[in-house]
Amino acid sequence: MCARLEVKNATFSYDGKRNIFEDISFSVDPGDVFCILGTNGTGKSTLLRCLCNLYKLNAGSICIDGKEITTYAPKTLARKIGFIPQIHTPTFPYSVLQVVMMGRTPHLNTFATPSMNDMDIALEALRTVNIEHIKDKPYTELSGGQMQLVLMARVLAQEPEILLLDEPTSHLDVGNQISTIEMVRKLSRKGLSLIMTSHFPDHTFLSSSKVGIMKDKKFLAMGHADEVVTEENLQETYGVPIKIVRIDGEINRKIAVPVIRE
Amino acid sequence: MINMKKTWSLCNVTLINRVKLTSHLSKAPINFTLFLLLLCVLIIALFVGRYPIDPVTVVIILVAGIMEWIGNMIAVITGVKVSFFWSIRHTWPTAMNTVVWDVRLPRAMAVILAGSGLSVSGATYQGVFRNPLVSESILGVSAGAGVGAALAILMDQGNSVIQLSAFIFGLLAVGMTFAISRVYRSNPTLVLVLAGIIVGGLFSAIISLMKFVADPYSKLPDIVFWLMGSFSKASSANLLPIMPIFIIAMLIIILLRWQLNVLSMGDEEARSLGIDTKRFRPIVIVCSTLLTAAAVCIGGVIGWVGLIIPHISRMVVGPDHKDMIIASILLGGSYLLAVDTICRTLASVEIPISIITSILGAPIFLYLLYKAKKTWS
Repeated sequence: MCARLEVKNATFSYDGKRNIFEDISFSVDPGDVFCILGTNGTGKSTLLRCLCNLYKLNAGSICIDGKEITTYAPKTLARKIGFIPQIHTPTFPYSVLQVVMMGRTPHLNTFATPSMNDMDIALEALRTVNIEHIKDKPYTELSGGQMQLVLMARVLAQEPEILLLDEPTSHLDVGNQISTIEMVRKLSRKGLSLIMTSHFPDHTFLSSSKVGIMKDKKFLAMGHADEVVTEENLQETYGVPIKIVRIDGEINRKIAVPVIRE
Repeated sequence: MINMKKTWSLCNVTLINRVKLTSHLSKAPINFTLFLLLLCVLIIALFVGRYPIDPVTVVIILVAGIMEWIGNMIAVITGVKVSFFWSIRHTWPTAMNTVVWDVRLPRAMAVILAGSGLSVSGATYQGVFRNPLVSESILGVSAGAGVGAALAILMDQGNSVIQLSAFIFGLLAVGMTFAISRVYRSNPTLVLVLAGIIVGGLFSAIISLMKFVADPYSKLPDIVFWLMGSFSKASSANLLPIMPIFIIAMLIIILLRWQLNVLSMGDEEARSLGIDTKRFRPIVIVCSTLLTAAAVCIGGVIGWVGLIIPHISRMVVGPDHKDMIIASILLGGSYLLAVDTICRTLASVEIPISIITSILGAPIFLYLLYKAKKTWS
């Protein structure tokens, strides 16, 4: 029995000289939420792009359901693994619904255009992220937070088994951050595997079953959030003291609080 | 009972929503209107001109011609020559028949083909290169075709050789653009556009050289007139060899039009949505290059159409390539046919078509920029 996604000794470099990361191994099962922490520029996003075959590894292997991802046809891979990139504004002012319908592309025949059924799935995805009311708005005129939600809906319409999210909460206000985390939990309960990068150690306590902290091309630590997200590890990663505090009562969870030194 | 009623009304609501949604999403009615527009322009183009024919007679001549053609086909297939009750008695002079069927219709068809080809390839390039300011000549196809035509004119060749030479050199120029872009591996679209500028510049210089060495009394005017574009030499004999290539390239783009949407979101997103961009992008670019080459080799260099028609189409049916490509075909054909009719009839001599498309194109584009400033960033 193999894991849904298995990464073995993955090494990547843009120029063949300096490795962005090396010898990284981990595996993800159905229902897992794997959160990757690390400072800016450690290669978290690069790792995510390798996982969906946008970049090719220099060494090591990435397997989905026991099969090397480079051997998948692009469409089949897109039905297995969905990727939410960091947002950018496209050239043409497609409506929100049109953008979400693009998520149906891997399910379509190459020469086909989306059917009524595809539109229903897209509308359902919009309802799931609670943005059906903006379906006719031009995507280019949305705020960053709304764009993020539209991309979330698009990847839901894509119906993959594994979801890669590149800093899904970074453009969002607190309310939308929490909605996103709730969405992540909901999707993992449905059996999806989620892998996301984040800048908020705090969020790992809310959503993650596994955490990996990337530092100096490797995972400094990997495992359950309670074991990995510790004051020592955070201090070593981010270079500032961060306290882990447990709040009991109604909240009843750990939070990570940076300590101001001045 | 109440429950059933509730379910029913719920069903109804979803049904109504669905109908609303489809009517909202489907731009088919608009595209059908554009098709009617094209038909109207076609009829006008057939009756306006030096030899006046009234519009009703034009329609009758067309219908009669089609009926006789069907009759002939049946006669050929069955071997029985039958006279049909629907065949229309020729009450008009034979000259009219010739003007409509042998002169104006082939020319109108050539113009429609060129207009739709230029517009669709402009629309496709704008999508692929994710740049609304790109036009069909961006990869150097027009400059290449110009060199081919000038070369054939210098060598004293006939019309069909000029056409063939323009077509081949147009493709050659784009081939060179591709070859140059291979030198750099990163950012394929940007390098391709830069390579197109290089090749376009080179071929323009070669055109200048050819103009310089050409006989100023016989060859030079021919080259200059070719570069300004004209359909005065269009005939069914010129049109037929180009048709198969044109139709195949056009069909491929029509079939891939949804994927164009996804490609226009950027390489990374298209690939994560399962599109094999390394294979897909060249296919689309080759098809639109063939369309442009076909248009240019029939009508010469015609500016502005491939730039403004995609914008007007987007304004009419929205940015979705699913509808926009169809709208570009219909609008491009109507627009160029209207312009060609003006060229034929405005003055006592025929005006080169590129002069009118540019005079009209510049203010239209200015207006589009003014209208669209909100949607581009």
